[in-house]
Amino acid sequence: MRNPLSDRIVQIKPSGIRKFFDIVSEMPDAISLGVGEPDFDTPWHIRDEGIYSLEKGRTFYTSNLGLKELREEICKYLARRFDLHYDCQNEVIVTVGGSEAIDIALRTMINPGDEVIIPQPSYVSYEPCAILANAKPVILNLKAENEFRLTAQELEDAITERTKVLILPFPNNPTGAIMERADLEAIARVIIQHDLFVISDEIYAELSYKGKHVSIAQIPGMKERTVLINGFSKSYAMTGWRLGYACAPQRITEQMFKIHQFAIMCAPTTSQYAAIEALKNGDGDVERMREQYNQRRRYLVHAFEEMGLPCFEPFGAFYIFPCIREFHMTSDEFATRFLEEEKVAVVPGTAFGDCGEGFLRISYAYSLENLKVAIGRLERFVKRLKAQQGRDV
Amino acid sequence: MREELLRIIERNSRIDLKELAVILGAEEIDVVNEMAAMEAEGIICGYHTLIDWEKTSIEKVSALIEVRVTPQRGQGFDRIAERIYKYPEVNAVYLISGGFDLLVTLEGKSLKEVSAFVSDKLAPLESVLSTATHFILKKYKDHGTILTRQYEDQREKVSP
Repeated sequence: MRNPLSDRIVQIKPSGIRKFFDIVSEMPDAISLGVGEPDFDTPWHIRDEGIYSLEKGRTFYTSNLGLKELREEICKYLARRFDLHYDCQNEVIVTVGGSEAIDIALRTMINPGDEVIIPQPSYVSYEPCAILANAKPVILNLKAENEFRLTAQELEDAITERTKVLILPFPNNPTGAIMERADLEAIARVIIQHDLFVISDEIYAELSYKGKHVSIAQIPGMKERTVLINGFSKSYAMTGWRLGYACAPQRITEQMFKIHQFAIMCAPTTSQYAAIEALKNGDGDVERMREQYNQRRRYLVHAFEEMGLPCFEPFGAFYIFPCIREFHMTSDEFATRFLEEEKVAVVPGTAFGDCGEGFLRISYAYSLENLKVAIGRLERFVKRLKAQQGRDV
Repeated sequence: MREELLRIIERNSRIDLKELAVILGAEEIDVVNEMAAMEAEGIICGYHTLIDWEKTSIEKVSALIEVRVTPQRGQGFDRIAERIYKYPEVNAVYLISGGFDLLVTLEGKSLKEVSAFVSDKLAPLESVLSTATHFILKKYKDHGTILTRQYEDQREKVSP
């Protein structure tokens, strides 16, 4: 038989998180700080609207772009929260999660051999999606000393004459880093000077704890160069509903639309009705959840300080990214031993790029009570390691 | 800080003060002072415990009683409300809008005890016109807490 597989897909590495997932699944009593999704249930009024839409028999396809009312609400929301003004008829596509938006944005903008700059550590799907879109991914290693923000100099250094697109993943998974207005203004100058485009993944926009999130599309001259990606998963605790959206200038969205139309048809109808309710009446839910994440965040920052584990203060998403270099272990070894000895799952930083080596991603999408138990175990583990190191010296 | 502080202790009044300060991003001394001030102002009225008596072996009966009253000149409903809330077996007294005036919640050891309270003490009060007693059969949710369900984390243990 002939090889049924494409060479390109075979050479893509499976997600580093997968391997860790398999180990954890065999330990039923392990507790986890490893998830990348909210612990809250979707607020009931939103779920109820989904149920109601089913009762009403709204079980058909929607228009390819998504329900008009939903697109209108998305535009109102972006205007209300970020002073961003998109035309709901021509500049918005409702997608199956932010993930689909990343994929179709890349496939729409890339010609073979174009370079896409991907800052890492970052979400696992940018690089494979870029490869599948025929791009040449150029990895840009963010640095702990910059609190994992992207600097203009770093960007400048990564640009070649083939560079076309920058992926901008802030607030960041896994580091919790954010980009403030001044940071964005600095890189915007470089982007405009080199005539680049930006795919800005702002799925964690609502989970910012140092003032309101600023989108790169708000920086003058940037909206026309930006594909803005957002969605409902993190802000409204709606991961399983699989609903996101992309906003961009019409000449980009009308081409993205073709891929979306042929590959997806439309985002799930039930989820779209629920999402309308989320945008209309969910601001209070978002605020309530953000407040609780923020309390946990402060608790963890304090706990790591007490433990003496170096860690910059993260101001976004629901992750904290402590450094474990002092123990002379790889992130993988540390996470594996911590799991085996203390039965707590954390994700090695390397799952999000090679430059995540020496770091761990710890999620605080858990109740304070759960966090306390897990952090107690981490403290015990770290003490033990330090005592062992003391003996070895 | 007040609003967030109140939201936290409303859910968990036993939280350690030091920890409370950490999660609020405030100094412990400021939290202590703020709580003392709110106690003095009567904003914080107590630190109670939510108990699901159903799960104990102690028998308890709770009832909601709708009470219609004639308000008294110059004192409105306050005087009659006071006469009712002074009984220790009364848990709560609310003045409400709608078809009746006062909603009284009550706890007793048995159906008999609650009935006796209504017929011997509440109903004979001068300004009480009528009462309607509703016994509570099951508490599903109380003080914002669901009593019938244990939280179970259904998420995958590790996800990107």
